Amino acid sequence: MKAFTYERPSSVDDAVKSFVAHPLARYVAGGTNLLDLMKLQIETPTHLVDIGRIGLDRIDEMDDGGLRIGTLVRNSTLAADPRVMRQYPVLSRALLAGASGQLRNKATTCGNLLQRTRCSYFYDTTLPCNKREPGIGCAALEGHNRMHAILGASDACIAVQPSDMAVAMRVLDAEVETVATDGSTRVVPIADLHRLPEDRPERDTTLRAGELITAVRLPPAPPGRQVYRKVRDRASYAFALVSVAAIVDGDRDNVAAARFAVGGVAHKPWRDARAESQLQSAPATDAAFNGAADAMLASARALRDNGFKLSLLRRTLRAALAEATTA
Amino acid sequence: MISFKRYTTGHDGVRRNLLKGCAVLAGEPLVAFGSAPPRAEQPPTSSRGAPVPEPVATMAVRFDVNGATSRLQLDPRTTLLDALRDHMELTGTKKGCDHGQCGACTVLVNGERINACLSLALMHDGDRITTIEGLAAGEQLHPMQAAFIEHDGFQCGYCTSGQICSAVGMLDEVRRGMPSHVTADLGGKPALTDEEIRERMSGNLCRCSAYPNIVAAIRQAGTPS
Repeated sequence: MKAFTYERPSSVDDAVKSFVAHPLARYVAGGTNLLDLMKLQIETPTHLVDIGRIGLDRIDEMDDGGLRIGTLVRNSTLAADPRVMRQYPVLSRALLAGASGQLRNKATTCGNLLQRTRCSYFYDTTLPCNKREPGIGCAALEGHNRMHAILGASDACIAVQPSDMAVAMRVLDAEVETVATDGSTRVVPIADLHRLPEDRPERDTTLRAGELITAVRLPPAPPGRQVYRKVRDRASYAFALVSVAAIVDGDRDNVAAARFAVGGVAHKPWRDARAESQLQSAPATDAAFNGAADAMLASARALRDNGFKLSLLRRTLRAALAEATTA
Repeated sequence: MISFKRYTTGHDGVRRNLLKGCAVLAGEPLVAFGSAPPRAEQPPTSSRGAPVPEPVATMAVRFDVNGATSRLQLDPRTTLLDALRDHMELTGTKKGCDHGQCGACTVLVNGERINACLSLALMHDGDRITTIEGLAAGEQLHPMQAAFIEHDGFQCGYCTSGQICSAVGMLDEVRRGMPSHVTADLGGKPALTDEEIRERMSGNLCRCSAYPNIVAAIRQAGTPS
């Protein structure tokens, strides 16, 4: 690890000030991703702002019936919160499908959202990666790329966003509260938090330098059955090859509304309004599910090793939608 | 006989020189990158003239480890794992992968299991830490330790401290009703089935593959007698 200075402020204001006062600063919360990357010298901050003691570790009910999740609420706490388990089971399920018991006890809400890709070329500092070092090239394009993106990738980057939690939050239309270095606050729809790589893959999100996530808002859950399906290389403790978060209101005979987000296939949790509309006001048949998959896969592009993700995504989506429409 | 003696002498001479070389090579990174506090008698540049970074300012941290208050002065880079092992001589906690993938470094912080390798010691100021050394009550083994011995829940033993600390934390999570990926009813009381144990312990790898015995030990320790 490269040397750094360390500060542990006790308020959001002081955290932002500490960040601004140091040119190569990073916030650290749980540290389970950042410290790993620092050991590998993929991240080399010269100053760490430990936000672990700034409060913001509560889950509060909002006036509209939704929940406001403090940025430091840990993944294990969030997954086991009775209100989350009851109203947003897709979020509990997604969290429980990710990482290990030890990591979930440490990982936080903001850190989970901002965790970086697990592309093996991003981790391998002997090979080029545009996300790690802008403009140097992408070894994954012609490399072993079975884990990589089939949707929304660019010639500069084919990495995928690894969070399960973010996929569930995407289907729930969560909003992210932030505070910027000038003290101004804003609310970012989660759809606009993560971005596609385009020609700037070094930027995972639309947050500005030093902008701190303070909370995630969940609007009241939409009616319908919530399902999270994850397919991975081993039964537990592995990142998704493909995952699906689905909420379907209706039954076999008629779907009133359906929404689904998929993970493991793009640089951000992926939603497709056209695919969702395929199921609107129609019987929940396998043909309809296939139609939704067709729409979602219309723009998909397979690389050398990840062509299997096209059929895996289709089958996982069909299975999740079937589960969500089974009484 | 003489030629043999000559051979061994020469061979040892080569080995001695090789070892000296290694000592120099190993010594420099220790100064340049290691988490050990800088030693005053070290010269500012290495014998090969390579630049040596400025010594890092250390910081104070205080936590409770196995019931005793510890005060340390640490390079901020020191992980909780390295603080325990290298600064407190609590080497029961093992360093496996050092990247949060194997679980060998699992300790309990304020009663909850975490990977000590992915946490800075400074982040734990004021925390209560329990390592494998702190589980037993004097000569009386913790029930989880006794169960691992009874069921032969290990072979080489390297992952065992992490397995046991993780299992102790995991049983508490089950007692508190926390669900897992394989729990059918999210809000219900989770049962300690083998499937639940395996899922909840997936963050602890055992390369000797003693899993059946580990599961049996945890099942016994977690089942009221």
